[in-house]
Formats: sequence, structure tokens, C-alpha cells
Amino acid sequence: MKKVFARPKTLKDVSYHYCPGCTHGIAHRLIAEAIDELGIQNTTIGLASVGCSVFTMDYFDMDMVQASHGRAPAVATGIKRVLPDRVIFTYQGDGDLAAIGTGEFVHAAARGENITVIFINNAVYGMTGGQMAPTTLMGQVTKTTPFGRKKEINGFPVKVCEMLAPLEGSAYLARVAVHSPKSIIQAKKVIKKSFEVQMAGLGFSLVEVLSTCPTNWGLSPLEAVKWLEDNMIPYYPLGEFKKPEGVA
Amino acid sequence: MTRLLMKGNEAIGEAAVRAGCRYFFGYPITPQSELTHYLARRLPEVGGLYLQAESEVASINMVYGAAGAGARVMTASSGPGISLMQEGLSFMAGAELPCVVVNLMRGGPGLGNIGPSQADYAQATKGGGHGDYHMIVLAPNSVQEIMDHTRRAFDLADQYRNPVMVMADGIMAQMMEPVDLEEDNQIQLPAKPWAATGTAYHEGRNVINSCFVIPEEMEVVNLRLEKKYQKMRQSEQLCDGYLLEDAEIVLVAFGTASRLCRSVVDKARQRGIPAGLIRPITLWPFPYDFIGEIAGKFKCMLAVEMNMGQMQEDVQLAVKGRIPVYHYGRLGGMVPVARDILEEVIKLYSGGADR
Ligand SMILES: Cc1ncc(C[n+]2csc(CCOP(=O)(O)OP(=O)(O)O)c2C)c(N)n1
Ligand code: SF4
Repeated sequence: MKKVFARPKTLKDVSYHYCPGCTHGIAHRLIAEAIDELGIQNTTIGLASVGCSVFTMDYFDMDMVQASHGRAPAVATGIKRVLPDRVIFTYQGDGDLAAIGTGEFVHAAARGENITVIFINNAVYGMTGGQMAPTTLMGQVTKTTPFGRKKEINGFPVKVCEMLAPLEGSAYLARVAVHSPKSIIQAKKVIKKSFEVQMAGLGFSLVEVLSTCPTNWGLSPLEAVKWLEDNMIPYYPLGEFKKPEGVA
Repeated sequence: MTRLLMKGNEAIGEAAVRAGCRYFFGYPITPQSELTHYLARRLPEVGGLYLQAESEVASINMVYGAAGAGARVMTASSGPGISLMQEGLSFMAGAELPCVVVNLMRGGPGLGNIGPSQADYAQATKGGGHGDYHMIVLAPNSVQEIMDHTRRAFDLADQYRNPVMVMADGIMAQMMEPVDLEEDNQIQLPAKPWAATGTAYHEGRNVINSCFVIPEEMEVVNLRLEKKYQKMRQSEQLCDGYLLEDAEIVLVAFGTASRLCRSVVDKARQRGIPAGLIRPITLWPFPYDFIGEIAGKFKCMLAVEMNMGQMQEDVQLAVKGRIPVYHYGRLGGMVPVARDILEEVIKLYSGGADR
């Protein structure tokens, strides 16, 4: 019998700790598939951050470095400067990257640091129990915005790709989603491209992945993908925001 | 052997290069900035890299990454910047990553000033960052020692897989003195089979990590770390004694203050006061053993520090209440004056130990 579907080599055969319906797992798989297809498992170093995704260090079958909250792009900089021929990627949530780690990712991009950042935007702090994130939508109810996010109190959600686009050092910026088969196939292409940009030495690449957190959104997995489609995509439009010349 | 007139800041930089350090990540702060100027020129000459980070938080985390990738790496700052690095230092201790951190202390707390100070003693020796951890803290008192201890710091860091701090102040950083440079500079860097360099480059899979969610596992890690710290306590205590044989009143001081105290001891002796000096070179592990063993011979001790008595507490712990331990300090970027310390010694000696 011909095998048509299997676990990517780059993913260890262990079960995830993620909640049912959480799309962190899909994002993991897409990264692992891209790494398999590029044949770079042995020369890639991944960075786990802080948040629900901290255990990526147990899931990706490669060398991993766990970074403190928000600092992964700085840690990645240190690794990349020592080992410029390795592929380095960080895996960070929105609390990690867009709140406490704002300085680190903006400056890694500004330096044109030749690394890839996979940025999981689920519009909420997952691990700590559903507090507001910088990416929480206006009016969205979270544990710390019980009456909905209000601009008078909390200001506006951060659009990371749009924010990085003017920086000359950022080479490749794209936003994808993982709520439907079609969007997942597109996300995979984009993630793979972000690694290729790094391998070609073209500069900083970041892929923002719109993701679900059914647990903290208080929705069923199915309702969550619908909520992502109806609420997140209109505010966080999908697409490629920046591409180096010569990259299709 | 070459003899050169060097500034403390330059000596730290040159020592690092000679120790095989090829990566420096830093952020400007007085009185450390000249070290970064030196390395920004010097490192590229040896195929290394100086990278100016956007903050001290970023620099220590770049150090974390470089150390995790197996490199000899260093950063340097002064009080306000070292405060920002505490998170990273705790993570490095937790993940057992070697690095050298230089703290050239200035007046504080807060933004303070750029005058020399020793007020970061407790931060450096009692943790600073969160969690149960320690790091070796070396306190040189001459440009030659700055050179030697900085170089040694890299070996200690690798030996124990732990951050090591070299701690001095603005005077040490700016002072110029002759140093002997060894010609032979063939350094043998230790292998780091644990580094995360990609699985193509070593056996198995390497994970650099300080996150252990299961308390039973975390406790095992804590106990393993404690064993390591215990070994440091046993093997690395270092201090210097001066005229202790017949001393009755003993000054205890490190770094800049110890240089002043040495001349105070000489001046006191000229006046017939049997003074001596103990100079801790490792502030952690503090030389409890040496001080503890001989403390009973003296009438009293005087801790002379550029702070409010942070080291005095350690001297008291070493002495275990057998003799009184007094304190003399200047603060806020002020340097003690030998005459004033001498006056203090005379007062203590003539008034007995029960002042
Ligand atoms: C310095 C610091 N502050 C706070 C925390 C607590 N903390 C752990 S995870 C987290 C939020 C992570 O949210 P996000 O990055 O959105 O990831 P998610 O859990 O949603 O995947 C916080 C605040 C921490 N570990 N360290
Ligand atoms: S809390 Fe949210 S982000 Fe975290 S695993 Fe559960 S669903 Fe996923």
C-alpha cells in the first residue's frame, strides 16, 4: 500500500499538551513539513518562547533553545551571529512578541537579522488564562477586558506586519490563517517561503499566523474558526506585506 | 612578555580577546563605554563580532543565544544596565550557560551618577535575579588583575557552565597601569558537546532550557545546581592577606577600597598600630573559610566599602560573632580618603573594640 500521509520527520512522536481544537498544533505541523521539504532538519535551531508554545522544545525533533518571555529574537540573534550558516526560527505568541518582546522583534527586524519569526496571533494570552493581548480586537471580551476592549482604556490592537513593513531590514512579511483547509495550504507555502528567504540570506522574515484559542475565547473549536474568519481576518487582512525582489 | 600601559577598560577587552572570546553584545553606559569602543575595533581584527544591542535586556539575551550556540561570549554594563540583565542571568544560570559579565559599578540607586561605587555587591553576590542560583564574582584591584581575572573568568564560566561576573568600578575602568601581556596566546577552547548547533554537528538532540514544569523534576535540577555551587564554594574562594601575622585590627576591603586600605595599613603601622588587610578577590564565593579560620586572632575588623555595609554582613558571617566587625563607607560615587579611614582605625584602636 502506498503511504500518502505521515507525521513529518521533524515532529517528534509525542502527544501535544494543547487544548482540543487549538490551532497551535496545525502551525507546528506546517513548520515541520516545510523543514522536511527543505531538508534542513539537521541544520535548523528552533527557539521556544513563553506561553502555550513553550513546549515546542519537546515537539520539534531538532536542537531547540528556550528563550525568556519576549526575548527570542535577541537570543536568535546571538545564535545566528555565531552560526550564520544555520537556519534559525523563533515561535512566539502575541503576548510574547507584541507585548513584552516589542523591543526585541522590532530591532531584530531593523537590523535585518537573518532569522525567521513565526508569530502566532490568537488575540489573547493563552497560557496565563485569557487576559487581553496587544492584538485583542476592539470590543473583545477577555479576563482583563470583561466589558470588552475599549480604546479609551486599552488603546488599539497592534498590526505587526503593517508595523514592520516600513523597516528596511524586514525582507519578508506575511499574514496567514489556519482556520480552513485552503488557508492552511496557503500558510504552508508562506512559511516555507519565509525559510527560503532566510536561507538565501535576504534578511528578516516574519509570518503572522492567525490562530484560535477556543479555551480562552469560550467557544467550541468550530465556533472558534468561524470567529477567527468573521472577526480577526477583517481587522488583520491576510497576504504578503513585503517580499524581497526576485521572490515569487 | 610585553609590558604595556593600559586602561582598565582596555585591559578587560584585550583579556577577553586573549581568552578566545569572539562575541560581545552590549549597550552604552558610563563608565563601561570605553570597553565597547575597544572591542568594536579589536574584535573584527580577530574575526569576531561586536554588536550593539537595543538594550541591556537584548544584550544579555544575545549572550544567552551565543553561549547556547557554544561560543565564548561577554557583555558589560554598569548598575542600571546590570539590573536589566538580571532576568537573563537567572535564565543563563538555569540553562547552565557560560558567559562573562562585567559590572563597572557607579553611584546609585536609580540613575544615580557615574562616580565609582561598590553598591552592587549584594545584587551580584546574593542572586539579583530570581530563583536559587549563584555566580562567581571576581573583584580585581589593579589593571594587571583586571586582565588576569577577566581571562580566568572565561575558563571558570566554561568549567562550571555558569555566568561569571567581573566586578569593579569607574576608577578601575579608567585607571592606567602597566600590564604584562603574555606572548604565547594559544588557547585551547573546551569542547561543548551540549551546545545547540544543529543535530548535524553532534550526537543526539540538544535542548537549552530552564523550564521544568514538574516540581519533582525542577527539584532535581535545583539539587544538581546546588551541588555545583557547593563545589564552587569549596574550590574557588580567593583572597589576599597583608601584614596579618601580628595584626590586631584588620581592614577588609575589595577593589578600589582595598588599594586605599593598603596604604592605610602602612600609615597605621608607622604610628605603631598593628593593622592588617584582608582583600576578598572572589566576592562569591566569599572567602568565609580563610577569614573564619584566622578571625579569632584579631581584636576587631573594619569593613571598608563604597557602600552602606553590604560586604560587612559577609564578614560578620565569617567571623561568627567572635570579634566585632565595624564598617566605614563612602557612598553615592564618593571615594574614601585614606586619611579618614586612618582616623577611623586610630579611633577604633585607641578606644578598644567596644566603641
Ligand atoms: C517575565 C514574565 N512575565 C510574565 C510571564 C507569564 N506568562 C506566561 S505565558 C504568558 C502569556 C503568553 O501569551 P501569548 O504569547 O499570547 O501565548 P499563548 O499562550 O497565547 O500561546 C505570560 C504573560 C512570564 N512567564 N514571564
Ligand atoms: S489556552 Fe488557548 S492557545 Fe493555549 S493551548 Fe489552549 S487553546 Fe491553545
